[in-house]
Amino acid sequence: MLKQIPRLCMLLTIPLTLQLFFFPLWQITLEAPQYPEGITMYIWINKITGSSEFTLQNINILNHYIGMKYIEPDSIPELTYFPYVIGFLVFLEIIAVIIRNKWFYLGIGALVFAMACLGLYDFYLWEYDYGHNLDPNAPIKVPGMVYQPPLIGSKMLLNFNAISLPATGGYLFLLGNVFGFLSFVTYPLKKRK
Amino acid sequence: MKRILMFIPIVLGTVGLMIGCNGGGAKKAAPAITGGNSPADAAYVAPGEQDEYYAFISGGFSGQLAIHGLPSGRLFRVVPVYSVDAEKAYGFNEETKPMLNTSHGFIPWDDAHHPELSQTNGEVDGKWCFINGNNTPRVARIDLSIFETTEICELPNSAGNHSSPFTTENTEYIVAGTRFAVPVPQKDMPINIAKGNFKGSLSFIKANEPGNMKVAFQVLMPGFDYDLAHSGKGKSHGWTFFTTYNTEEAYTLKEVNSSQNDKDFIAAINWKLAEKYLAEGKGKEVPGRYAHNYYDEETHTATSEMIETVTVLDPADCPGMVYFMPCPKSPHGIDVDPTGSYIVGAGKLSADLTVHSFDKMIAAIEAKAFDGDAYGIPILQFDAVNAGTVSSGGLGPLHTEFDGKGNAYTSFFISSEVVKWKLESWEVVDRVPCYYSIGHLMIPGGDSKKPWAKYLVALNKITKDRYLPTGPELCQSAQLFDISGEKMKLLLDFPTVGEPHYAQGAHADVIKPMSKKIFSLEENKHPYVCKTEKDARVERDGKDVHIYMTMIRSHFAPDNIEGVKVGDRVYFHVTNLEQDWDTPHGVSMLGAQTSELLIMPGQTETFIWEPKAEGVWPFYCTDFCSALHQEMQGYVRVSAAGSNTELKWSLGD
Repeated sequence: MLKQIPRLCMLLTIPLTLQLFFFPLWQITLEAPQYPEGITMYIWINKITGSSEFTLQNINILNHYIGMKYIEPDSIPELTYFPYVIGFLVFLEIIAVIIRNKWFYLGIGALVFAMACLGLYDFYLWEYDYGHNLDPNAPIKVPGMVYQPPLIGSKMLLNFNAISLPATGGYLFLLGNVFGFLSFVTYPLKKRK
Repeated sequence: MKRILMFIPIVLGTVGLMIGCNGGGAKKAAPAITGGNSPADAAYVAPGEQDEYYAFISGGFSGQLAIHGLPSGRLFRVVPVYSVDAEKAYGFNEETKPMLNTSHGFIPWDDAHHPELSQTNGEVDGKWCFINGNNTPRVARIDLSIFETTEICELPNSAGNHSSPFTTENTEYIVAGTRFAVPVPQKDMPINIAKGNFKGSLSFIKANEPGNMKVAFQVLMPGFDYDLAHSGKGKSHGWTFFTTYNTEEAYTLKEVNSSQNDKDFIAAINWKLAEKYLAEGKGKEVPGRYAHNYYDEETHTATSEMIETVTVLDPADCPGMVYFMPCPKSPHGIDVDPTGSYIVGAGKLSADLTVHSFDKMIAAIEAKAFDGDAYGIPILQFDAVNAGTVSSGGLGPLHTEFDGKGNAYTSFFISSEVVKWKLESWEVVDRVPCYYSIGHLMIPGGDSKKPWAKYLVALNKITKDRYLPTGPELCQSAQLFDISGEKMKLLLDFPTVGEPHYAQGAHADVIKPMSKKIFSLEENKHPYVCKTEKDARVERDGKDVHIYMTMIRSHFAPDNIEGVKVGDRVYFHVTNLEQDWDTPHGVSMLGAQTSELLIMPGQTETFIWEPKAEGVWPFYCTDFCSALHQEMQGYVRVSAAGSNTELKWSLGD
């Protein structure tokens, strides 16, 4: 039974990757006194949604005062190709389950981890772009102020407290990566010669 | 293996911790302000906290309905029903003008007396509030998802719609009884032959289907004055009871001449039987012109249709449909207890309350225990229907509500007090004075099967020295009592809008969850809607200029318009593109002979401006919408009549 643990771990990575089509990866919440309910934007692998149907429009209206670009999902190419990347990862994970190779397992773990890091870096770049690349004619200009939300954690941006955290899909994906590495770590030592 | 087992808890622990970060804060309890036991604490709702109940208090001669919170008494909103309202543009904008149409033309005022919440199975369901218009007889529906008047039905063959709009158990009907006997149909005739020639109509208006609130049928009654009504519930469901006064049929100096009979009547109408007679074709379609006005939430526009006839049932053709029960001294209130067993008549010139029993009434009808008839309508013997008399010790009982625990509370206008008494033993158990001269009273749900018996509101007619004076015209006022214990306790005086006649109340949980935050822009079907800034435009059609304008924080599109000429009729069709909670915008134009528009997110409204002089005239947003609200403004250039200025429009060039 113990022998099956690595393979089971690898098998678990499949639903934990696939779920990204059903749960958002990341969330950014804006809190201010006038918004007692908060405004939360959810970033998925293929779309951006909000706590209400009109969240994105409402965030854009707020952002226009400081000259931030409109967040338009159509202008973010990642939302088009991320689903294929995730699909490819799932494909590799299926192969891994079939061929049962310790080093392939490690490769998957490392690849997913690298993807996650790259994704975070990419997210940071977008945040930087939205936060710094401001319209010089914006109605509200605060000298020296940039509006880049934190990568993870919270930060006051004028009257808003911006909180950036993984969302359900993000946590589950992370868990999947842990299982990916576990499949390598638990691979029976005695096979090594 | 050891390595693995250590690893798993660490990972799961970390994930758990991160998810845990998203939790919300705990709600703080309201602090007491005086130590906990004073009436002030009982009525105190701390800043940021919400009231437990909604109260819907009639605005009387203001033609409005006021929405208050209980126990704080705070005023949330004033809903214009039969009055034009410059704040909300009700009756001023093109969309709502048809709401105030009647068979006599546009009437921007009425006297709104009795709010009534819709019911399902005899319990308040929080969908709609109805209210009567007394002067030009009307009933209105206020939709409680938007707190706006959405339907008004005029009443033909009626004059002074006072005994209205009390609902049946499932809002099958709301009713309307005429306060004045009049010729039916109206005709030119001498007043002094009123007796026997005037008639009274009791209308049953279909109420549970928005858009179709029309008179289902009228019962043509003797020419008495019909004062108040309530429908049966539970076992008495299917009956509606109306009080009458002036059974003397006096037509002048009524204060004396209509107070002569020792007993007037409670008219009991079996409306289920009426429905049967209608199905059998006993109804007669007679001339009766009345307006039916309906505000469509998708087009954000009201339409008014004129209906020319009404179906009338004559009691002479419909045996068993109407009975009279004697009730002393010009009864005002007629109230049915939560079980539907007892019918309480409040003889307003008497000291006592008369309680009739529904069971005894049915038995008396079966036994034909009649005491003659009035115009062919059987009069049931008083003793055969009477369940008891409440000897109150007060004077001038007007209206009774119930707590659902076997107690009744009656207002006494002349002795200015609320009297608490017990059903079935008819003994008085408590009384408190009112300041001053209480009319109706209200317990939330107190005329339904399920009262919320925590508070009672006294709706007073006179204020005198209770508040700082404001010249000869003093504020109107209500008083809040705690009725949760054996003894009633006065908690609070609070001012109201207009004269508060009757009121209704409901627990916030029944109404709050249904409250809309925005109108869907996508579902906006207004004929002049403009859903995006790029569609904003100006079109000329002869002398009519139609501006398809949008508003969003913090600009109008377009905000520069040229090519308008003196003598044009300029329609501002303005759509609020916002889809966020609490983001209305307003708009007003210098020189427009109308009110501002106050436009909710996703809504379109229209006003008309007829420029009288050349120049460049400004318009601006009237509702403080954002940090750049003061910048939300624009210009219209007006050229001379007959000039060649090109029609153009722009935003940000």
